[in-house]
Amino acid sequence: MSMFNDPFDPDSRLAPGCSCGHHASEAEHAAGIGTTDVDALSTRTVDTAVMRALFPRDATRRRFLRAVGANTALAAVAQFFPLAAAREAFAQGKGGIEKPNLKVGFIPITCATPIIMSQPMGYYGRAGLNVDVVKTAGWAVIRDKTLNKEYDAAHMLSPMPLAISLGAGSRPIPYTVSAVENINGQAITLSIKHKEKRDPKSWKGFKFAVPFDYSMHNYLLRYYVAEHGLDPDKDIQIRSVPPPEMVANLRADNIDGFLAPDPVNQRAVYDGVGFIHTLTKDIWDGHPCCAFAASKEFVTQYPNTYRTLLKAIMEATAFATKPENRKQIAEAIAPANYLNQPVTVVEQVLTGTFADGLGNVRKEPKRIDFDPFPWHSFAIWILTQMKRWGQLKGDVDYAKVAREVFLATDAARLMKEVGMTAPAVTSKKFAVMGKEFDPAKPEDYLAGFAIKRTA
Amino acid sequence: MKGLQLWGAPLLSVAILLVFLAVWHAATRQESGAQVVDAEYAKLVGAEAATGKKSAFPAPADVGRKLWEHVTDPFYDKGPNDKGIGIQLAFSIARVLSGFLLAALVAIPVGFLIGMSPLVYRAFDPFIQVLKPISPLAWMPLALFTLKDSGVSSIFVIFICSMWPMLINTAFGVASVRREWLNVAKTLEVGHVRKAFRVILPAAAPTIMTGMRISIGIAWLVIVAAEMLVGGTGIGYFVWNEWNNLSIANIISGILAIGLVGMVLDQALARLTKLVTFPE
Repeated sequence: MSMFNDPFDPDSRLAPGCSCGHHASEAEHAAGIGTTDVDALSTRTVDTAVMRALFPRDATRRRFLRAVGANTALAAVAQFFPLAAAREAFAQGKGGIEKPNLKVGFIPITCATPIIMSQPMGYYGRAGLNVDVVKTAGWAVIRDKTLNKEYDAAHMLSPMPLAISLGAGSRPIPYTVSAVENINGQAITLSIKHKEKRDPKSWKGFKFAVPFDYSMHNYLLRYYVAEHGLDPDKDIQIRSVPPPEMVANLRADNIDGFLAPDPVNQRAVYDGVGFIHTLTKDIWDGHPCCAFAASKEFVTQYPNTYRTLLKAIMEATAFATKPENRKQIAEAIAPANYLNQPVTVVEQVLTGTFADGLGNVRKEPKRIDFDPFPWHSFAIWILTQMKRWGQLKGDVDYAKVAREVFLATDAARLMKEVGMTAPAVTSKKFAVMGKEFDPAKPEDYLAGFAIKRTA
Repeated sequence: MKGLQLWGAPLLSVAILLVFLAVWHAATRQESGAQVVDAEYAKLVGAEAATGKKSAFPAPADVGRKLWEHVTDPFYDKGPNDKGIGIQLAFSIARVLSGFLLAALVAIPVGFLIGMSPLVYRAFDPFIQVLKPISPLAWMPLALFTLKDSGVSSIFVIFICSMWPMLINTAFGVASVRREWLNVAKTLEVGHVRKAFRVILPAAAPTIMTGMRISIGIAWLVIVAAEMLVGGTGIGYFVWNEWNNLSIANIISGILAIGLVGMVLDQALARLTKLVTFPE
């Protein structure tokens, strides 16, 4: 917090808060008094780190500075610590983008909003990156193209990096979730012919589509029907269908419904083929869906590029969290180059004022929301479900995997940099359909389910 | 009578087309049904959904309008995911031709060698028979996994699918060169290389060309599916992208373009076949 204080100023404190005490952080303080020069701030960050290391106790430092004066102190410190070199090294770490031309893959759904909108709305450009966002046909392809390094980073379903890292469904490759892209924003849509069958108990024999085996959609749909007493492996059929093909399949009566990302649900309504049965927000309010993912190799090989890219996406996310900006975003991402959907469909998803397919206009401002923080508890919940449905066998070190794949600390730092409030902890309890999940006791949670595939 | 012979077939073609369009038009004609929902709701959904129906198959006029848009502006480029139909076709043709030419470079010499020796022919036969019927798309995951590049993978898929018809036809053509011609060559003490290029190649050329013609047809069929699978660029991606948007009119435009290009490729090779065929 105090990273931007001038450590050579005897009156400044290096403790949390700003030097004048009126601002929550030094960044705000700097903004208040007009020092927003990033280079000056980064220089100061280095100085602070050095001074802090030299004088762990603030009082000692202040006494020292008062006694000899700032310039003498600076010269004295510089004698045995190469401050100039450290400043330069850090400045390079901040500014030097190793790879300005990037390719980021995405699937044309609103979950990818921050990744997509950063292109037309100039977030990448302003960060000094030249990013091509490339539309991709399906999750397996996006996975392979990212593993092949055709894409530098990609939009993935948040369970995918976990699965890739654990080697479920592909070779194990260390993978990371840098940020969660969106929360909520999915729905169960049923074919219009099932208008009367609103009770899940009457869904026996239904064929459902989900985007991918390793998806929140799959786990949420399974959870939902299992809570209503149906065994998702025996009483219904679940197949994986790429989102863009879902409406076509629903129309052709190949499936009875799907738990899908938007705009697919709204598109089904728009074309009169389906109705929105329930928003996933009502199953688990605040659940993660898609993630911005990169290989560990990319993160370590191009740290500055990675940080710049992630920060641009965080800024876009911060912009997208404000409801008043959503219309503008809808217009930016609806054209053929991105989602390729009618603007009204995207707008209904993002604003949450939508037609439900049964003749009602519903207003759910939280239908989709954006919160980049990759909670470790999200990862742990996903792992419990992977285990519950037999995708993972044997013992899992939940906390360790979550920590390694969901990069919460980095995300929190960048969130603060773009002016979002980042949580102080990385795990939290939450409830899914009224049942509480405690990330500290995943095995107990797992044992509490009646319908499961664990041996 | 002469006029009928000359103009009969084209006239009949036009008549068939008109009948087809008329049936299509009649089948897709929509009565503008009464709106069954309130105005606020109607604004949020498509025109058909507002009248309680599912969105309909486009009428010929809708497709015509879309087609006209594509024909008048085929080369626009609005970013990596939105390019004109002309650019997409160019991408696909480039992929097909590179895969096809690579296949020809491998298949024709190998076919030649196989065809020259009955022993090698029999030895290679089981492999060819097993590999030939594999759908080229089944190679795609394998190619993506090993080649690690989706562009190269699509070319590989084209390569592998256009290889077999050329290989088999070349081997067959070479093996069935008439005995007398080979005997004449032998009597005249023609060298091996000279025999291959002056006797066997011209004799087998029509069969080889037929193999190439079959290959390019298959390659063109496959590229569309391959591009739908991996996305990015190409006419297959165009169709997939419009499927994603449920725009049947655009898909039909894409289908027509695929058909026309396929016809041109086929005709080009048919011409080449004629050039190398000689009367006996």
